[in-house]
Parts: sequence; C-alpha cells; structure tokens
Amino acid sequence: MTKAGSITKLSGRGVPLRGHDIDTDRIMPARFLVAVSFDGLEKHLFEDDRAADPTHPFNDPRYAGAAILIVNRNFGSGSSREHAPQGLARAGIRAVVGESFSEIFQGNSSILGVPCFVASHEMVDELQTLVERAPETKIEADVESGVVTAGALRVTASLPPALRDSFLSGQWNPTAMLLDRFYEVHAVAARLPYLNGFP
Amino acid sequence: MAQTLFQKVWDAHTVRKLPSGQTQLFVGLHLVHEVTTPQAFDMLRQHGWKVAYPERTFGTVDHIVPTSSRKRPFLDLMAEEMATALERNCREAGIPLWTLDSDNQGIVHVIGPELGLTQPGMTIACGDSHTSTHGALGALAFGIGTSQVRDVLASQCLALDPLKVRRIDVNGRLAPGVYAKDVILTIIRRLGVDGGVGFAYEYGGSTIDAMTIDERMTICNMSIEGGARAGYVNPDEVTFSFLRGRPYAPPEGVFDRAVAWWRKIASDRDASYDDRVTFDAASIGPTVTWGINPGQSVGVSEPIAGNPSDEAFAFMGFHPGSRVEGTRIDVAFIGSCTNGRLSDLEAAARVVRGHHVAPHVKALVVPGSQAVGHAAEARGLHQVFIDAGFEWRGAGCSMCLGMNTDKLEGQQVCASSSNRNFKGRQGSPTGRTLLMSPAMVAAAAIAGEVVDVRTMLEEVPV
Repeated sequence: MTKAGSITKLSGRGVPLRGHDIDTDRIMPARFLVAVSFDGLEKHLFEDDRAADPTHPFNDPRYAGAAILIVNRNFGSGSSREHAPQGLARAGIRAVVGESFSEIFQGNSSILGVPCFVASHEMVDELQTLVERAPETKIEADVESGVVTAGALRVTASLPPALRDSFLSGQWNPTAMLLDRFYEVHAVAARLPYLNGFP
Repeated sequence: MAQTLFQKVWDAHTVRKLPSGQTQLFVGLHLVHEVTTPQAFDMLRQHGWKVAYPERTFGTVDHIVPTSSRKRPFLDLMAEEMATALERNCREAGIPLWTLDSDNQGIVHVIGPELGLTQPGMTIACGDSHTSTHGALGALAFGIGTSQVRDVLASQCLALDPLKVRRIDVNGRLAPGVYAKDVILTIIRRLGVDGGVGFAYEYGGSTIDAMTIDERMTICNMSIEGGARAGYVNPDEVTFSFLRGRPYAPPEGVFDRAVAWWRKIASDRDASYDDRVTFDAASIGPTVTWGINPGQSVGVSEPIAGNPSDEAFAFMGFHPGSRVEGTRIDVAFIGSCTNGRLSDLEAAARVVRGHHVAPHVKALVVPGSQAVGHAAEARGLHQVFIDAGFEWRGAGCSMCLGMNTDKLEGQQVCASSSNRNFKGRQGSPTGRTLLMSPAMVAAAAIAGEVVDVRTMLEEVPV
C-alpha cells in the first residue's frame, strides 16, 4: 500500500539536455523573476538558450510533453531561484536524471515532488542517446530501487537516502512535519545563548 | 571529542531527526527580500499559517530596486508590485523591513553583517544563494528556495541533510594588487564549480586569519560558486572587534559573555575534517574569468587553456592560448554582495584617483548598502569616482544580475566585481562578463581594456 502523497514511480517520455554546469540563470533568466507569482514560468524555460539555438531540445517537437529530463554534470548550479524547478515542474517534468546536481536545485526540486536521480556519466549518456534516437521511448524511474528503465536499458541511479525516504513516505513537502511537535522548536530557541541574552 | 564549528552549530540548532531522515534545524536569523518571498507569503496565507518568529526575520529590498532614483512608484510596475507586496507582507507579519527610504537598506548580505544581525554560531537562511556570505562571521548560512522560505516563515526551521566539511587553508602573504577575490577565484578554479557539492567550506590559514571581515565575506560569498552551500571562517578577534558596537550586536555588558560563547563555537584545534586542501597565497596573482562559469578563470596575463569545443570559447570570443589582458571592455561594474563594501570602493578609488574612465566605457559604482554609500561619501570617494567619469549610484544588486534597468546590451563585455559570469547573467542574453577584483575593474575602466592592476598601483603611493 502506498501512503498518501507518496511518490514511488515517475514515468513518461524523456528530453535529453546535454551540457555540464547548466545554471539556473539559463534555466530561468532573471527577468522572469520580476513577478509575484510562479504562474506561467513554464513558457520561459531556457528562453535565451532556445532563442540562440533552434535545435535546443526544449524547441524540439519530438520531446514535447516529456516528463523525464536527462542532464549531465552540476545541473542547476548558481542562483537558489526556485523559479527554475517551478518552471520545469509546470512544464510537466516529473523527474530529472543527471550526473550531479547543485544541492540547492536538488532541494528545491524535491520540495516540489520532483526527484533528481544521480547516475554515472556513461549511464546518463546512454539514456540521452537512446532518447535522441527514439524519443517515444517510455522511461520509468523507480524511487525505491533507483532504477531507471527505458526500453531495454536499465540505469542504476540513486537519490540521497533521506530524500528517497521522504518521497516514499509522502513527506517530501516538510512543512507539516516541521510544525508538528512545535514545543520542541521553542525548546531549542529557549536554550540558544544568542536568543536569551547570553546568560 | 574535537568538533568543527559546523558540527557544533548544527547540533545546537537541531530540533529533531525527522521521520524522513532529514534533520529539523532551527534558523536563528531569517533574511527576506522582494524576489524570492511573495509566493512564500501567499502559501502561508493559503494554509492559514502565521510567521512563527517575526522577531528573528528581517527584510530589505535589493534585487529589483532602481539605483538611479529612489522615487516611488518605480517606473517598472512589476518591480513596484514586488516591493509593495514585501511591504504588505512584512507589515502584516510584524517583520522589520528596510525599504529605500531607510538608511539600513541595501543588499541583504551586506546589511546583515553591517547591522550586527549576523553573528557567530548562528544558523542563517535567506532565499538567495549568496547567503553563504554570512559565514565570514562564523555563522552557518544557507541559501534556500521559496518553498523553504515558506517553511522558515511558518516554523523557523529547515529540513536539511548535514554537510561534510572541507578545510581550506590559505597560507602566506598576498602580494600587493592581489585581493580576496583573486583568492576565491583561484580556489574555485582548482576545486571546480561542483567540487563543493555536499560540503561546507571552512576557510583558515594565515592568509585568511590576516583578512578583514570584508575580505572574508568576499571569500565566503563565492563558496556557492564552488558548489559549497555554506562557507565559513572561525570567529576570532577580528570578528569580535568588527561586531562590537553594531546596532544589533550584543550590547556592552553582554558582549563579553557573547564573545565567550563565540570562542567556544569555533572549530577545535584538533577537529577532524572530511577533506583538507591547502593554497599558497604567494602563488596567487590577479585573476579573471574568461568563460561562462566562475571556475573558468586564469591569471590576467596567463594563456587560457581548455578544449576549443567548450561553448565558453565561442560565447566569450576567446581561443585556447589567448589572454584576457588586453580585452577591450564596454562596461565596468563595481558593486554586488561579493565586492560592494566600503573597503572594495576604497581599493577601487586608489586605482581611479587622478585618472579618467576610457571614453568608450560606461562605468558605474553601486554601493552594497546605503550605509556603504554614505560612508564612502563621507570620505569623498564618490567624488573620486564621479571626477573620473563613473556613475555614482544608490544601493542595490544592480548589474550583478540585471533585474533592474542596469543591464548589459547585446554582446557588451563587462569587467565586473560581481560573482557570476553565467550566460545572460547581467541582463543581456549575449552579454559577456569578466569577473575580477574591484581594483582590477577600476583599472580596466581607465585603460578601456583588461590590464594587470599592479602596473597601475606602481604609479600611486600607497
């Protein structure tokens, strides 16, 4: 039985985005952050990269409607703007598979229910190549085992254990947990010297 | 057992281990600004949650504010809406907010330390990746996303996994014309833009020990550019004398007790680290970025190495073997949370004095805070810049990220004292950023091209 809100499997077609160190300024240029809501951010994903490169995967109709984004090393580096994963999630991306992620990006994605799976360079490259050749391939990412399957390809990937468990238990959005047993929060505040005049 | 500052501060702020396996960490100081918070306050309203610790939350406007005029409403109506939203949200929650009409307004990472809000041993969070800056005072400071801002507002806590700690020692004396910026660019160049993922960086060694808090802030600020979510320097006498007398620092009578706790929170001498790296200060020279991430840097006169197929070469117009020295610039920007403090403006002014900005260069100085601006004006530095042909602006993030009207145009090349040379970072999708120290930016503004600042310092008696 799955628990309420638990995220166990993510599936859909893939979109391969090659390149290392793709920062959040590129994912969501800063001018689209001048707004008081996240609505409509999906329209501006990679806007400048797409304008500069007509063959950018997010311009390519073969990948329209993809749910699994496949990236390389240090994806989501730089700015902590949640607008980047918000844009991806709003565009229908349900999981990201990559060689490595910036920590802030991985945390921001997780809190939106979008797991970032880490796999080896070779595995990621194979997956990207497969999707480039056969964009219609259905990809399935299993949170518990970390296995990502695409046709005959089986990729061993992983999530940080605490994040994996939070998806499985449905507790990936932590606010309710943080507000639970709030007396313990007050207890910490009550013993921190700098909040109590350095007694 | 001997512990690092990271472990001590983490333990002191741990509320409990969450069922998810993450740690619930109490946040001692939460800083908010206009760009990453309106959605968080909306989420709070939707759930009927109140701000748990408004007295531990402080707000300012920095990212979108114009730096040429403080007049409200802003000409950019969306920017005006964001400022208004923050004003309303802070008013409703009882959060102190410093807007453009306050002398305390400025870049959030400049005003926190300046006001003495940032203190050793604290956990600090802010919806901005450069929150790592506050580690310069021995705090554990994390950049967070908007949903986490919501969490901190609602619970004063974050759900986090602990980090490993890498000790980075820099030893020896920096040569004249070599600054904290050159040190951190060199560290990132060697360890990589993702070398710090999973780590907090603890900076130490005789070079760091000899640095002012301003310089340490420049170092800690760019920890995130090396992938490290947090960076810190252990608190010492430099830290204590920096804090004494600041408005939100512990008052006299309490201050000495605070110092006693701050000493205890520092890493123990025999603490063990997950990794250790050492740098020799004497081997560091003026450093500039040539590429599209902060790890792609090089000595100013050194040939650029790299794979010609790297997209950075085509984007920036360099080739393997070329040198950044001699590159014609269009814009010079001095400012940002990395290098927008008084000592940065002083270093730049020393280079500028008696010279004039090259005719083809647009040059601007944007103080990191109104207090920095006022202090610079009291010393007459603004006049040095104005006489040399720089624009003297109001406080804000400005051209570091081009969210107000200060943006590059087209393929302009900008010598910048900021922190990111990402594609499009300074407001033009094709704009090109060369990161360097404020003194190097000043030298480039005058020469009209990138030069080794040491050649200009020789002309000026120090």
